[in-house]
Amino acid sequence: MPSEAESYVQKPKTLAALRAELVCGATKASDLAASYYDRIAALNPRLNVYLSLTKERALEQAGRVDALAAKGDPLPPLAGVPVGIKDVLVMQGAPATAGSKILQGYRPPYDATAVARLEAAGAVLLGKLNCDEFAMGSSNENSAYGPVRNPVDTERVPGGSSGGSAAAVAANLAVATLGTDTGGSIRQPASFCGVVGVLPTYGRVSRYGLIAFASSLDRVGPFAGNVRDAATLLGVIAGHDPKDATSSTAPVPDYAAESDKAAEGLRIGVPAEYFAEGLDPEVRAAIEKGIDALKAAGCTVKAVSLPHTRYAVPTYYLIATAEASANLARFDGVRYGYRSPESDTLSAMYSHSRDEGFGAEVKRRILLGTYALSAGYYDAYYLKAQQVRRLLAEEYLRAFAEVDAIVTPTSPIPPFKLGEKTGDPLAMYLADIYTVTASLAGICGVSVPCGTTTGGLPVGMQVLAAHLNEGTAFRVARAVEAAEL
Amino acid sequence: MTANVTVEEVQRVAELAHLELKPEETPRMLHDLNAILDYVAELNELDTAGVAPLAQVSELGDAAGTTALRADAVLPSLDRATVLAQAPETDQVFFKVPKVIER
Repeated sequence: MPSEAESYVQKPKTLAALRAELVCGATKASDLAASYYDRIAALNPRLNVYLSLTKERALEQAGRVDALAAKGDPLPPLAGVPVGIKDVLVMQGAPATAGSKILQGYRPPYDATAVARLEAAGAVLLGKLNCDEFAMGSSNENSAYGPVRNPVDTERVPGGSSGGSAAAVAANLAVATLGTDTGGSIRQPASFCGVVGVLPTYGRVSRYGLIAFASSLDRVGPFAGNVRDAATLLGVIAGHDPKDATSSTAPVPDYAAESDKAAEGLRIGVPAEYFAEGLDPEVRAAIEKGIDALKAAGCTVKAVSLPHTRYAVPTYYLIATAEASANLARFDGVRYGYRSPESDTLSAMYSHSRDEGFGAEVKRRILLGTYALSAGYYDAYYLKAQQVRRLLAEEYLRAFAEVDAIVTPTSPIPPFKLGEKTGDPLAMYLADIYTVTASLAGICGVSVPCGTTTGGLPVGMQVLAAHLNEGTAFRVARAVEAAEL
Repeated sequence: MTANVTVEEVQRVAELAHLELKPEETPRMLHDLNAILDYVAELNELDTAGVAPLAQVSELGDAAGTTALRADAVLPSLDRATVLAQAPETDQVFFKVPKVIER
């Protein structure tokens, strides 16, 4: 094994290029899928990106696309596009582990709405992607099936919790992927792997078929190699779903067309609170170049103030763990997944199954959440956090009365080494400081590549926009992308 | 403010959550819980008197778009046999579990 860090980075073709090849017959969807499976077979042993493959379903779908193309019929928007799905979203009959041992052997009897919509749009579903257990983590080191390695530098983490989804796009093991974001789990790995990741507005994409972590915060969103393709994917998966009571009925704009509009004239806010102590100087320098590029593109840049930012991480970890402690009560060895074999009573069966099935971080968060909700502590912790959540959300609404978008670093630090932070959960939580605010406020955002450190590690810029203003976030992200920093 | 969760409290919370901590896990969880609770105590700096709690983004009103409850009508659900097929133990009609109370 080489002692130096290897790189496996390869940019996927754009959706437009793939479509042109399929339409003219230069490529067949089934050959394309087969070539992706070959690349997965070669690289997955090193990167650990996929947990399971759904070959039969993928090749059937590719065959349907090829039949349409052969007849000269119009092709659906994502015809033949090879995509990967984070293993917290269910696909009928395919493993759905959520990165946990407790769901080993589970074969869900239905498709998540976002998954079904991708397939209905012609996408070829390659398989299920590694992630932190129940999406709890910022490095993908909490997966019960081993960490994902960052394709940019395999000694480093890909970020989390959607580490597999980000790494798959970075290494061209899929053209695009789905991930989920509760406190930064799409944006931070996108930043760490040098790809585009989208946090849609809360309610924009159905959560039906998403294995729940924190229901008031969980979102499903796409990863892609470029902003326009990410916008196209969001257009496919967004929209009202009667199976999710929090799903928004707002109409879905043509996000790809929105992303084509110039950013000229947009007002960009830069919050000083996101450029304070703790920000890596190289990340700061890269983001400042991105802000200069936005000025050059004709945007007006002004300072905005988000003074409650420093309270976001404690607020987030109280609310998210409280909701998780309730959501994860369902894993009890009764209806699906793992049951401990040696228990005489129901109560012992619950405890043994959960003890053997859950990893350390999941237990830590269940304990914290249960504590925060328990008698005598509810007002001091959970209620207090919900009050601060409102202050944080209102602060954003005030800022968006003055600016169209807010730009910040996605992460205060570049991707770190495997094992570097596993001993200190609190230090790991603190690295979520720039992403949890948007999660709590329910607003949307994009993490877009914005240059690298001098050592060549990716830096991501987070572009935030008001509720349901994804189009604006895409326009700004396109301008940063076009600067080729 | 320094949080001082005790071993007994950790064990009590674990019991509430149906988690059975191994003896070697307890000190680590105790340490981490105290460290995290010390940190979240920063929220006490903020005066939140009179601030309504925000449980769901939809409570922000128009900002987050509209959501609507569906009509209260019975809709088809998953087939029983399909669902039971995922369970560790069933009798084809019900989920089976170990006995609930000791005799």
